[in-house]
Parts: sequence; C-alpha cells; structure tokens
Amino acid sequence: MAEARVIPLHGADREAPRRRRGAAQVRAHAAAQHSQPPQPSESPREQEQAQGQLHEPVSAEPAPWERHLADLLNFARRRIQGDYEVDEFGFDPDLTDHILMPPLKPLYEKWFRVETIGMHNVPGEGGALIVANHSGTLPLDATMTAFAVRADHPKRRHLRMLGADLVFKTPVLGALARKSGQTLACNPDAERLLSSGELVGVWPEGFKGIGKPFKDRYKLQRFGRGGFVSAALNTGVPIIPCSIVGAEEIYPKIGDIKALARLFGFPYFPVTPFFPFLGPLGAIPLPSKWYIEFGEPIRTDVHGPNAADDPMLVFNLTDQVRETIQQTLYRLLTQRRNVFLG
Amino acid sequence: MAPKVVLVTGCSRFLGGHLAARFAANPDIERVLGVDTEPPSRDLLRRMGRAEFVRADIRNPLIAKVIATAQVDTVVHASVTANPAGPTGRTVMKEMNVIGTMQLLAACQKSPHVRKLVVKSTSAVYGSSSRDPAVFTEDMGPKDLPSSGYAKDAVEVEGYVRGFARRRPDVDVTALRFTNFIGPRIDTVLTRYFALPVVPTVLGYDARVQLLHSEDALAVLERATLHDLPGVYNVGGDGVLLLSQAIRRAGRVALPVPSAAVPMMGRFFRSARLVDFSPDQMRFLNWGRVVDTTLLKREFGFTPRWTTQQAFDDYVSGRALRPLIDPELLTSVERGVLDLAAKLR
Repeated sequence: MAEARVIPLHGADREAPRRRRGAAQVRAHAAAQHSQPPQPSESPREQEQAQGQLHEPVSAEPAPWERHLADLLNFARRRIQGDYEVDEFGFDPDLTDHILMPPLKPLYEKWFRVETIGMHNVPGEGGALIVANHSGTLPLDATMTAFAVRADHPKRRHLRMLGADLVFKTPVLGALARKSGQTLACNPDAERLLSSGELVGVWPEGFKGIGKPFKDRYKLQRFGRGGFVSAALNTGVPIIPCSIVGAEEIYPKIGDIKALARLFGFPYFPVTPFFPFLGPLGAIPLPSKWYIEFGEPIRTDVHGPNAADDPMLVFNLTDQVRETIQQTLYRLLTQRRNVFLG
Repeated sequence: MAPKVVLVTGCSRFLGGHLAARFAANPDIERVLGVDTEPPSRDLLRRMGRAEFVRADIRNPLIAKVIATAQVDTVVHASVTANPAGPTGRTVMKEMNVIGTMQLLAACQKSPHVRKLVVKSTSAVYGSSSRDPAVFTEDMGPKDLPSSGYAKDAVEVEGYVRGFARRRPDVDVTALRFTNFIGPRIDTVLTRYFALPVVPTVLGYDARVQLLHSEDALAVLERATLHDLPGVYNVGGDGVLLLSQAIRRAGRVALPVPSAAVPMMGRFFRSARLVDFSPDQMRFLNWGRVVDTTLLKREFGFTPRWTTQQAFDDYVSGRALRPLIDPELLTSVERGVLDLAAKLR
C-alpha cells in the first residue's frame, strides 16, 4: 500500500463499452437467472403459487388476489400478536419487507430509474462493507442502495446501514431506522455486524457529504477518521467501494438557513430552488437518472493480525477507497449526457 | 471449593429467598444464613427449610458480628434492588443498596473466613442512551453516567465491590450484571408494568428489551456460589423483544405518551401504587438495553434455558394475562374473510 495508485479516468476496458446497454442487461439477467421478481414481498407467494399449480387441479387454485389477501391477513395477525423475530440491533425483517420496502419500489424503478452496475462484486454471503459517497440533502441514496441490494442482488440481501447518532436521537425516525436494520455508526456495532456475516453499508462522509452545497457536487468530502477501515481490518471482510451518481441533483442545495437549523437541532436547513418556497411541493425530489456502481472488492484479510493498529495502513486504505469512488464518479459523469435522461 | 457456610442477603425477596432455599436443599453446604430487615413470607420461609433467618439490617455494623461468629465463607449479596418498598421508599432503597453494600463489604473485609463474594448487579450500570452501541460487552462503560436512581446505586455498588476485590485479593469476587427479570413468580417493576391493561409507552421510541427468566437467574447465582468463577459477567436471555412487540405478545394495548408528559405519567402511576418507575427506568423505555452474553456462555459456562421471548411467554401464560384481543377471534376473522373471498371467486 506504500506506492501511489493510478486509476484510469475512462475506466477499465471491459466496463466502458457495455455500461450503457449492459447495466440494464445485468439487472434483467440477474432477475431471469434466479426467477425471482425484484419486489421483496412477492417472491415467497409466487413460489408457493408455482408449487400449488403442480400439485392441485387448476379449479381449486385460489386467485392471485386471494393469495395476496391471505398474505396480508397473515401479516396483520402476526403484527397484532407480536409474533415475529427482531435481532439484537432491533432489525425487524418482517416489517421491512412488508411495509418499509414496497413504497420504495416505484421511487426506485420509475422515478429515479436506478441502474446498478457491478452487482456481482457484492458477495452472496458473508460479511462485506459497502462504502459509498453521500449526497442529496436527504439520505435517499442510502435507502436506494439498500433497496438495490435487496431487490437486484441474486441473493436478495439486506443491507445493514450505519447511521449518524442524530438519527437515533430523533423520535420515530430512530425507532424506524433500527427496525429497518440500521444501527449507530460506531466500531463495536460495525464489527459485530460484519463478524456475524452481514452486509454493512456506510457513508463515511456523513453530514459533510450529504449537506454539501450544490456547487460542490460529486466532490468527495473527508472520509471521517477511517473508522470503517479499521472495522473491516479487524473482521477481515472486503470493502466494496460504491459510487452513486444522480443523488446530488434530487435536492440542489443552494443555501442554508443556519438560524433555523440551530432552532431545530439539524446540521443544516437546506434551501433548494423549490424548498421552502413551494412548501411541501418543494420536498418532492427531482427525477434525476441514477447509477449505482459497485466496484471491485478491496481485500482486507491480507494485512495480517493487528493491522488495524497501523494508522498508516488505515490512512492508505481509506485514501484508496476514497480515490476509487472519486474516479468512478468522474467516469460515470463523463458518460452521462443528461442529468434527467441519463 | 464448595462453600461450607453461606450468607444470603435480601432473603425476604424472591431471588434471595429462593436462593437460600436452593442452598438449604444442597447437602454439601453445612449452614445457610438468610439476612433481611423483614421476615420472609410464610410460604418463602417454608421453602427455605433448614436455612436460618437472621433479622438484621446490613446497614448496621451488627452484620460483621453475624459473619464473624458463624464463620461465613461465602457471601451472596442479592439485596441490591430496583424495587422500592413503597411510594416513599426510594431514599430507603438507596440507603439499603449503597450503605448496606458498604457495611457488608467492610464486614467481609474484617472476617478472615470469607473466601467468596457473589454480587447481584445489573446491566443498568451501562446506562441507556441513543449514543450507545447496540450491544454492551463487559468492558464498556456508560456514555453518560446515570445521575440518579437504581442505575447510579448499582454503579456505586460495583465501585465498592472493585475496591473490596483490590483490598482482599484472596477473595473470589463474582459480579453478575443481570438484565431485567421476568417470570411467572417474580414480582418486579417490569412484571407489574406489562400487567397493566393499557401500557403507557414513550411516543416515537421503541426500546429493545432483553429479559432473563427468574429461574435462570437463580441458576446463575447458584452456579456462581458453588463454583469458583471470579469476574464480571453479563447475564441475559438470548434474543430481543421490542417493547411494542412484548406488549402485543402480552395481549395488552400500548398507549404512546409524548416524552414531555412521561414524568407526569410516572408520578401518576407511582401515586396510584401501580408501577413505580424511576427516571432511569423511564430512559430504559426509550432505548432499552442489550448485553453480550458470550462471556457467560464461554467462560462462566452457563447458557440460559429460556430465551427472552420464551421467558416472556412463560410470564404471560404463568400470570394468566387475558389478552384484550382474543387470538381465537383474530384467527376466526382471518378465516372468515378468506372464506368470503373463496365464495366471491
């Protein structure tokens, strides 16, 4: 890790030609290969249905809407009786798949038309740390990445995100964040998740990244203190750099009302061309076209034990991840012709 | 080394009493002494069998005489409690917890016969806040020190216990940090709380609750007494229940109260003598607390028989809590709707 790395501006040879056409194919291919629709709640039902058709005569087969109704009633009864499992972080997969994820589907498919690239770089099992750039005033990029991993990954994994302490301090939001699988961004939690084989997502720029002014778009901010690298080193899991293009344009932050931010205890109070002038209408995100690219995994199990105690190695790895994301962002941006059409 | 003479504090309460009963049933132990300020209930006294009850206040130096004359070699300090005796019992509770522990430790330090000390502590020493990691291990401390109530008592008690361990390195000291107890027989703040027909919760928060079955708690205390297992251990059942989930499992109805109104609510429940929540326990209702029990399983050698969920279900069925919404009604509604749907087809 001592020598400087040169990362070509126009990407690896195999990436460039197939990106525009290929990305869509990758998604279609993944879906076809595993014959699972991207919508989380549909899958078990449809599998059941397929099995049912094999064993029963066609006339006794309930209509799809009945299946749906049975599913819904079953879910409602489970919720009323508290008959579901929650893990030690407060993650409630039942609620996440049935209530929290479905509303994101239209946003993901129709509004932002998210294209994922390099989903094969996300391992199907075992711990891995996805590190991504943060932008867009509201953390929609994080929720979209989580949805992408859940819907488009062949193993349909849950992304366990690490959130700022402000999230967990806030009523309602904090409880909801825990139920959706998030936990506080601190090393004990990250290492516990990673060593139990979870896929963890972190946005190390934090508020500096998500709340940066529109003129600084796609300029990566400082990557915290590299805590995420030491967590990965301690657990020996790969780091997957993730570059998100499109999230910067959803709420172009052109101003910041400091007084209001202080009043509400927010890190910033954004002013966009439409917010707060258009009131709630201004809170609708602009329909930019998104690309989420998962880069090649960076191995961390080759540095031997106690590698996390070597600050130089931690700094170098942090820089390597940061540079990879920055260069991928530049490459994706040069290939993008239009913010809204892609 | 098996203990010969065991002294159990707080033997009028559930844990101390049943622990003394277990030791009394153990033929290897020569003598069992139970200490408390008030005599145990008749039922408990009958269970305790050959165990001797000593009516003494551990805040009083008299306890030193008891320990010295009976040549006690093992002291089980199980009287540190979160449940005050009455609406005015909070000051008394603090005195019993902190001053009582100081006196007891002073007595132990003086007696050359004492070989082992087992302290019932609590996971409340980790505090409860939004900035805490999700799971506490034994080496973590609280983010902000509890400023009052039971949690502060427990932090101080543990401080004195550490001091004692430093001054008497020949004594094996085991501190057990228990999560909240639950079970059909035990009576705690939490068992009363879940028995309320309408359970007040804090609006916008959902605590992660880890519970320990009271029988598991007894087994852990017994194991710590009979074997030499010095150290600090977290003790809790596997798994987690969300507060809202627990209320649903008990068939109760949650009543979310805005944070601002929570202290008022607490005062109401205290004056109505329903549930006596201290401020630090109210914070627990916001965020809850989960501890890591790897050390308990690997080094202490104990795996709780009940998971959090099983322990809670045992409590619900043992107390015969009648759910407000009948589960059979739910199933029949579900079936009815589906039958209707089948007819419509």
